[in-house]
Amino acid sequence: MYDTPPPSAARAGGFSFTPVRSPAKEKKKFEVVALENLSLEIRAGEIFGLLGPNGAGKSTTIGILTTRTAPTSGRAFIGDHDVWREQVKAKRLIGVVPQRPNLDFALTAREILMFHGAYFGQGAKERTRRAEELLEQFKLTDRADQLCRGYSGGMMQRLSIARAMMHDPEVLFLDEPSAGLDPQTRLLLWEIIRDYNRQGKTIVLTTHYMDEADSLCERLAIIDHGKKIAEGAPQELKSSIPGGYLLRMRFNLVPEGLAAQIQAMPGVSEVRVKDGASADVYADRGGPLIGPIVHAAQALGTELHDVHIAEPSLETLFLHHTGRSLRD
Amino acid sequence: MNWKTFYALLQRDGHVARRNLIPMLMQTMLQPLLLTFVFGRILTTGGMMQMSFKNILLPGIMAISMTLSGVQAVAMPLIAEFQFTKEIEDRLLAPIDNYWLAIEKVVAGMVQAIISGLVVLPAAWLTMGSGLNLSFNHPVEFVVVCLLVAGIAGTGGLLLGCSVGQTQIGLMFSMVIAPMMMFGCAYYPWSFLKAYPGLQYAVLINPLVYASEGLRGALVPQVDHISLPLVMAALAVTNVVFLALGLRKFQQKAVS
Repeated sequence: MYDTPPPSAARAGGFSFTPVRSPAKEKKKFEVVALENLSLEIRAGEIFGLLGPNGAGKSTTIGILTTRTAPTSGRAFIGDHDVWREQVKAKRLIGVVPQRPNLDFALTAREILMFHGAYFGQGAKERTRRAEELLEQFKLTDRADQLCRGYSGGMMQRLSIARAMMHDPEVLFLDEPSAGLDPQTRLLLWEIIRDYNRQGKTIVLTTHYMDEADSLCERLAIIDHGKKIAEGAPQELKSSIPGGYLLRMRFNLVPEGLAAQIQAMPGVSEVRVKDGASADVYADRGGPLIGPIVHAAQALGTELHDVHIAEPSLETLFLHHTGRSLRD
Repeated sequence: MNWKTFYALLQRDGHVARRNLIPMLMQTMLQPLLLTFVFGRILTTGGMMQMSFKNILLPGIMAISMTLSGVQAVAMPLIAEFQFTKEIEDRLLAPIDNYWLAIEKVVAGMVQAIISGLVVLPAAWLTMGSGLNLSFNHPVEFVVVCLLVAGIAGTGGLLLGCSVGQTQIGLMFSMVIAPMMMFGCAYYPWSFLKAYPGLQYAVLINPLVYASEGLRGALVPQVDHISLPLVMAALAVTNVVFLALGLRKFQQKAVS
C-alpha cells in the first residue's frame, strides 16, 4: 500500500506515504481489499482526520500505522521509522485509542495507567504523578481504584484516552473517539484533544461525523471503499465543491431539456440527473433557485415533489464524490 | 530486548494472579486433591489398593496439577483476550517485540505451574497420610524436571491459547486435556502399559507421560519409571517444539 521513505517528517510525529503501483496480484478467494493505493502524508503537529462511512478502511489505515494490521504491500512511516521494520521504535512514539475499548479488565483505572507507564519504562514517581494528573483531567479520580469492568461506556472511553496519553506519545491515534459518547462528553473530549495538540503533538483521528471532522481537524482525508476521495483542510475541501450548495430534488419525472434549463440558470454549476426522476443541482445559492426551477418544471409538464437544500458541508462534498450520503 | 518492559509485563500478570490467587488455586488444586483423597487414602486404607500405590499416585498428581494450572494460566486469558475482550492489545502496543510478550506469558505460566507444584506436593502428602516413601536424594534432577514440566505447561498453554477458538474451550477440555490426563501415566507408571504394546508407544506423544515419569524418577526412584535422562530430553524437545509453534501462532494472532 505505501512505499518509499518519507520525504520530510520534521519531527518524530509525521508520516508520509506514497503509493506503490503494485502489479495486480492474483487475489485469494474471499480476500477483501480494505485499502487500495492509499497514500497519506500527515504533518507533525497537526490534527488530521480520516473521514468516511463504516467499512471505508479507516480502522485498517489506523491498524497499519499502529503495528496492529499488517499491510500486504506498501510501507508506513512514523517520523523516520518504518512502522513494520522498526516496530518497537514506532510503538514508543504512538498512543492508540481503539474503536472498541480494550481496557485491562483485571485492573483498576489507576493500575491500568500505572502499568501502562511501566511498560514504557517510566519510573514509579513519574508514573504516579502522571496517572494522578490524567485521572483528574479525565474526571476519573473518584472511581480510580475500582475495577474498570464496572465502568460505563463513556468512562471506559475516557480511560482509554488517558491510557493512550500516559506515556506522552508524539502521535495520538484515535479511532472513532466520540462514537457512543453523549454530547457533553464529546465536547470534553474535543477540548482534551485540542489541548494535547497544543503541546505540539500530532493527532490522527477517524470519524464518520462531519461536524467532528469540520470543527476539530486542521486537515482531513475523505476515504471510501479503501480509496482516498479528497484531502485537504475542511474549508478548502468545502470550497472545492462546485457551487457549494446542493439542491437534491425529486420530480415525478425529469423531462428532456429540464436539466439543460436548470444548468442555464444563474449560479448553477452542475446538474446531475439520476434514475429519470431526481436531480442533484450544485449552485452558489439555494432557496432563490427553487422558484425558477418549479416554473421550468411546470412549463415542461412535470412537478417537483420534494427538495432538500444542503449548505456547503463535508457531507455535500462526500455526496459529490461518491454519489451517496455518508451514512448510507 | 527491553527488560524494563518485560519485567513490567510480568509484574502485571503477577499482580492479576495474586488478586485471583484463591480462586485460581481452587480451580486447579481441588480436583487433584479430591482424587488424591479418594484413590490415595480411601481406597488404600480400605484395602482396595496397595499402600505402595500412594508412591505411584503422588508424582502423577503433581504432574497433572502443574501442567493444568500452567496451561490454564496461559491459555484461558489468551483465548479470551485475542478473540473477545481484546485486552491484550494494550500490551501488544508496549515498546517490545510481540514475541517477547508471548515469552512473558510462558514465564508467567511457568511460575504458576511451579507454585501449584509446591502447594500440591505437601497438600497431597498430607491428604494421603502415612505410607509414602518420598526421596529427596536427587534435588538437582527434581528441580530440572520441575522446570521442564513447568515449561511444557507454559508453552503448551501458549500453543493451545493461540489455537483454540473461544467456542471450542469445552471441546479442548474433553478432547485434549481429558485424554492427556488419562493417558498421561499420572495414575499408573508407564511400565504398567506393557500389556497394551500399541497403546504403550502411542502415549509417548503425550508430554504428560514424561512429566509424570520424570517426577516419579526424581521423587520415588524405587518405582519403575522411564530413565531420567530420556525423560529430560523428551521434555526439552517438547518445550522447544511447543514454544516454536506457539510463537508462530501468537504472531499470527497478534497481527491481523
